[in-house]
Amino acid sequence: MSVLQQISPNVRNTKPSECTVLLRRSSQIKEELRRGVRRAYEKVIDVYWGDSHQTGVKPLSFVRQVLAACVYPELINSDKLPVDVKQRAQSLLRECARGSVGSCTAAAGVPEIVHRISEFIMKRDGGAPSYPENIYISPGSQWSLMNILKVLVNSEASPRTGVLTPVPCYPVTNLSITALGAVVVPYYLSEGQGQGWQLQVHELHQALESAKETCNPTALYVINPGNPSGHIQRRKSIQEVIQFASEKRLFLLADEVYQDCIHGEKSEFVSYKRVLAEMGPPFSDTVELASFHSVSKGIMGECGLRSGYVELVNVDPAVMKHIHILFSKDGCAPVLGQIALDLMMNPPQPGDPSHPLYHMETQHIRTTWVHNVKRVCEVINSLPGFCCQPTEGGSFLLPRLYLPPKAIQKAQEVGMQPDMFYCVKLLEEAGVLVSPGCEYGQKPGTHYIRFCITTPEDIREEFLKRLTSFHVQFMKDFS
Amino acid sequence: MSQEAVNGVPSRGKVLTMDNMNPNLKRIEYAVRGVLVQRAMQIEKELNEGVKKPFKEVIKANIGDAHAMGQKPITFFRQVLALCMYPELLDDNMFPEDAKKRARRILKACGGQSIGAYSASQGIECIRQDVAHYIERRDGGIPSNPDNIYLSTGASDAIVTMLKLLVCGEGRDRTGVMISIPQYPLYSATLAELGAVQISYYLDEENCWSLDVKELRRALNAARQHCNPRVLCIINPGNPTGQVQSRQCIEDVIRFAKEEHLFLMADEVYQDNVYAEGCKFHSFKKVLFEMGPEYSSTMEMASFHSTSKCYMGECGFRGGYMEVINLDPEVKFQLTKLVSVRLCPPVPGQALLDLVVNPPQPSEPSYATFMKERTAVLAALAEKARLTEETFNTVPGITCNPVQGAMYTFPRITLPQKAIDKAKVCSTHANHHNLLTCLDHFMSKCICPQEEGQVPDMYYCIRLLEEEGICLVPGSGFGQRKGTFHFRMTILPPTEKLKVVLQKIRDFHLRFTQEFS
Repeated sequence: MSVLQQISPNVRNTKPSECTVLLRRSSQIKEELRRGVRRAYEKVIDVYWGDSHQTGVKPLSFVRQVLAACVYPELINSDKLPVDVKQRAQSLLRECARGSVGSCTAAAGVPEIVHRISEFIMKRDGGAPSYPENIYISPGSQWSLMNILKVLVNSEASPRTGVLTPVPCYPVTNLSITALGAVVVPYYLSEGQGQGWQLQVHELHQALESAKETCNPTALYVINPGNPSGHIQRRKSIQEVIQFASEKRLFLLADEVYQDCIHGEKSEFVSYKRVLAEMGPPFSDTVELASFHSVSKGIMGECGLRSGYVELVNVDPAVMKHIHILFSKDGCAPVLGQIALDLMMNPPQPGDPSHPLYHMETQHIRTTWVHNVKRVCEVINSLPGFCCQPTEGGSFLLPRLYLPPKAIQKAQEVGMQPDMFYCVKLLEEAGVLVSPGCEYGQKPGTHYIRFCITTPEDIREEFLKRLTSFHVQFMKDFS
Repeated sequence: MSQEAVNGVPSRGKVLTMDNMNPNLKRIEYAVRGVLVQRAMQIEKELNEGVKKPFKEVIKANIGDAHAMGQKPITFFRQVLALCMYPELLDDNMFPEDAKKRARRILKACGGQSIGAYSASQGIECIRQDVAHYIERRDGGIPSNPDNIYLSTGASDAIVTMLKLLVCGEGRDRTGVMISIPQYPLYSATLAELGAVQISYYLDEENCWSLDVKELRRALNAARQHCNPRVLCIINPGNPTGQVQSRQCIEDVIRFAKEEHLFLMADEVYQDNVYAEGCKFHSFKKVLFEMGPEYSSTMEMASFHSTSKCYMGECGFRGGYMEVINLDPEVKFQLTKLVSVRLCPPVPGQALLDLVVNPPQPSEPSYATFMKERTAVLAALAEKARLTEETFNTVPGITCNPVQGAMYTFPRITLPQKAIDKAKVCSTHANHHNLLTCLDHFMSKCICPQEEGQVPDMYYCIRLLEEEGICLVPGSGFGQRKGTFHFRMTILPPTEKLKVVLQKIRDFHLRFTQEFS
């Protein structure tokens, strides 16, 4: 008998991704195509992940040049790279022990980089103070979110710790919560007609009410801009959430990794920290907040470097000491990722030799994404049984499917959620990989698909071509 | 927000307090980066600001960070990684062909041919295949399945993941995990965090820190009274002790683990760091398979490796992997779920690992330089290991076992009773958190009333830091037999500097002993 028959029930109880089968099939198909097996398409268009590089968006030249020079400092003495790249690399290497990116750094990150992060935050937030000692760099934002959750969740407590999370929600967060033995308390985002998704405080109240008997709600997790919903909270909404958290004594977890992905014309991202500061005492002095950011999204798109940070506000100093130990035990975040974070916050300025290219590349990326959203929404909204709300930010669109009853029935027969059924067929027949709404949670009877819109233009067009042709056929077949 | 507000208002009113935070976390200690290191950083800052001290620099011999101590990166690795970072350089004749070939292959396996794309959670497939081939070559042809390889963010990440998977049960049924004393405190910290029961087995200092199965049995039997022992962790070569287990010992451990139905976790991150005559690294997997199918087809095990140590010393890349053996498919499924929470390990670290397991071959242009660099690093470490042992053993009051492998020395120090008495810490908990406030007491030579947590070796290390600017880690951070004291020092500083450090510690020890005689 295996010694491992008994494993942690917290792990056992975490719901596996609905999409394991879909992803496995996608890998198989990609492998088959690589080997030359004939299919109706030559390549799978993979817009499942929020991973712009994977879809073909190029990394920023300045960022990669500096990283390369940091990895192989001989480049600094060569003539291969622009002057400002070399200077930046030199100055960054001076901040690494013995000038090597292979050295460990302080647990929270290279102190000078952490300091510059606090400066970035202050600038972003109109001067609201940010203190380096409250910032921790980690291998991706989810890593530091997990650490903060570890502090909040007492897996042996009864009743168990509850964390409010949105529906729909990025599933990794829910997985992390249940893996720690805490309870996910869902609050529904509202899909307004033609207005996109919104966070309404009465839903927070409702969620809290429903949780009363089952757990001890301790934290409130918000994603802004939303994933997969793509909404951006207005100041007023953020204030209401802060007031709610204060009143109901909840620790606020603000996942803001998409803050650089704004494509709505009149949309503006304002951070939870800023709003909190502007609300003044007592809120600004008391509401406990953890804000998260990352290099994985936006124009950087450097998911593979694994780098993000958490900024903690109003956390008890005695608790901070333990948070520090937790991060210390993890070892430092990958140094190249820390450097990428620094470059994200301190890009080339007008007048720098690298600025023209940097400006051109970032402009191109941003305008492409704005066009992507417009164009894809237009096309989807022209198709029967398909409706795409306008989004203001984030990396995804989440159009709603109005599936014919026959399709829903067929899905039930094969034991799949209807939107999963749609996605499986879309993959097999059209070679397009998207994820189903059931992965994120949704109101019963509603169906969605989510896909990444931070793609190059040609991928977008090919995607639309295949999706349109598949969808029209699908609706016909099941009418 | 006021500074005070950002740093926290009084506990009253806070949602998250010491009273309701995860109680397990309050028990975590991690001395390697603890309060002493923070004090060392503070002193460095003061030196930079021009404050006068009895020394010109702080030598941080506390952490196994080779590059920070001047070890040079391996040229070939950095060339390939630079090419992966900025593929435009592939057109440049600054880089050798074999480096370009490796880079192209790695990039082809990345999403969108970018090292910035997510990889599969388990790691890039062709890299896992390369790791499997490396293991096969290392272990004399014993097959390794890439599906059993999980790339990770350093070995630590994989170790913690495995422990998360294994720890369960309540009360008397709570999982017990066997770990050596002394040990690398990641293990004790993680066990505290998970609320697991730590089952300590003592390594034998009189016998070069060897492991005796009798001691394993003693520890296990005692533990069975209050927990459910399920895991045996072993670090080979050892940290902090540097001992390299003999093949016989490894066989005995495997036999013991099988008899007692324990999951084996073999931490082998120092597998290339073997120096002593007559010592050789034997992987647990190899020995397991050579013991025949009775063992190899049933024994459940995980081995861990990393890019942070050996001759590469690339801590900052956070590359690593684990290989799991004979895991129940149902359990593997659970493991895969857990691993997905991390999304994926850092891709540059995965790329680096690929180069470590797939280094230049004799026929390739970079081979000569690569071998020269690798040999130089390992030879220097071997020399430093010998020098350290030799020097410390000339100091009355310091006894040092041979540094057979790894990167550290863990000598035993004899402290005068007066020093031990002096070192009473007025701390309400043993993890030295209030240490900085007590430093004043230490420095002013007053005696604090005795509370819990006598840490004489911490006091020794504080004095050494303040007087000589050398930062070590006290033995209490790793565990030691009651009444004995040690410190852990890395052997990483360049030889000339190491000689100076050893001299200074020697002089300090003699002074210290004199002061408290």
